[in-house]
Amino acid sequence: MNLITALARLLIFPGLVFAVPAAWFFLWVERKAVARMQGRIGPPFMQPFFDFVKLMGKSTPPRNGIGGLLMRAWPLIAVSSAAGAVGLLPVLPASGGFQGDLILLLALLELPSMCIIAAGFSSGSIFGEIGSAREAVLSVSYNIVFLLAIVSIAASQHTFSLAALAQQSASPLRWLGILAILVCLPAKLHLNPFSLPNAEQEIYSGPITEYAGPELAMWELSHGLEWVAATGLVATLAAPVLATWWAAALVFVALCFGLVLLLSVVAAATARLQIDTTVRFYWQCTLIFAVLAVASALFMRFRA
Amino acid sequence: MNLWNKLMCYSRRHSPWLFHMNGGSCNGCDIELIASLTPRYDAEQLGVRLEGSPRHADILCITGPITKTAVNAVKTVYDQVCDPKAVIAIGSCPATTNVFVESRTLAGPLNKHIPVDVFVPGCPPRPDAIILGVAKAAEILAERAGKKQIAEPVVMPLVGPGCNGACACGGEAKTAANPEEVAQ
Repeated sequence: MNLITALARLLIFPGLVFAVPAAWFFLWVERKAVARMQGRIGPPFMQPFFDFVKLMGKSTPPRNGIGGLLMRAWPLIAVSSAAGAVGLLPVLPASGGFQGDLILLLALLELPSMCIIAAGFSSGSIFGEIGSAREAVLSVSYNIVFLLAIVSIAASQHTFSLAALAQQSASPLRWLGILAILVCLPAKLHLNPFSLPNAEQEIYSGPITEYAGPELAMWELSHGLEWVAATGLVATLAAPVLATWWAAALVFVALCFGLVLLLSVVAAATARLQIDTTVRFYWQCTLIFAVLAVASALFMRFRA
Repeated sequence: MNLWNKLMCYSRRHSPWLFHMNGGSCNGCDIELIASLTPRYDAEQLGVRLEGSPRHADILCITGPITKTAVNAVKTVYDQVCDPKAVIAIGSCPATTNVFVESRTLAGPLNKHIPVDVFVPGCPPRPDAIILGVAKAAEILAERAGKKQIAEPVVMPLVGPGCNGACACGGEAKTAANPEEVAQ
């Protein structure tokens, strides 16, 4: 029974069968929200799906040698790690089996961005290299805050286990941590005002400039899955504890949808910042709060 | 035609990604192409996305009379777009070199160098006409994938101010043996 439940979680909900359509849906919500904010009507509902199918049917330029092999491998690694991250989310009440923890989830969430950096450098395009360098700088900046926020949440609740965190109700310190994660999400998802790595009109498409056809489709899918995983992480931490599984699933989806809407509206309302402003924002303004959150979490732990 | 091919044709028609290239244009047509993506015309309703890289694009939009300095770049970018692909010549310049005809600095018109699928005449064409051209090119793209050969390039009608498809042209595309006659 445990095995069946674990497989169902990995493959159906919140795993692949849920995650892939949800990725397309979130990509559509993002584009639609930006369009509505700009006074446009925006793309039709099935647009990301059509884009995916069309890209799967396009040819790719010939790629030779180890470099070419690596270029083909990066998007696949990114998609599988993002899908694995979604599958780990403890949306439904746990019932034994492998559950993973926050550290594994963080590693899987970080892998797509590593793949993007590697992809830009292995493509050999000057725009890809600029984009990769920016992504690397950006990930060093926001990850400090992101990781400190996670550490503060884990320290305040005495556990790194996702299932245990989902079972406990949110403390005020956890809300502080969630706020810090929220500040990092636009940078993680390459959205305005931190859309530096894939800055359109500036460095073309950044690291994925040289990608075409099915490989590009995989990048789009991994971006969508990152949306699901990142918003899902926040939704899992913020959701109230519910006994019935369908209510938990419903609250999870609703919270994810609200987050996507919020992030898209912020993206549409802001302009892109320069790389040094972004780095300064994370290191000078946000880091203080993250350190404060960790310090108070540890302090409260020692008092208790 | 099986189900996957049908889905592929449908997807190609509903998701044309453009790459915009300036072949020595005065910027008039470029402004109109961008205008077709703005809130007033909103080409994204057709799934149109303006891409930064020719590798991502399906449809190459070329403006300008193709100067001698631009012609090699145009050929390179055409080769960089992955199959299946279509080419739209936006404005009268790439079709006929327009007022710059017989200039010694030009290598145009465009169809001397790469095969063109849709001509959108006008100096500059209105955003409505460009969107019509993109829709036609997406249709050609879908048919090309279904292995139907399209020999003649399509010339879009001139869309005047206030034309909403209710006039004599009816918003329909005309096909001509000699695109230059219609484009002029």
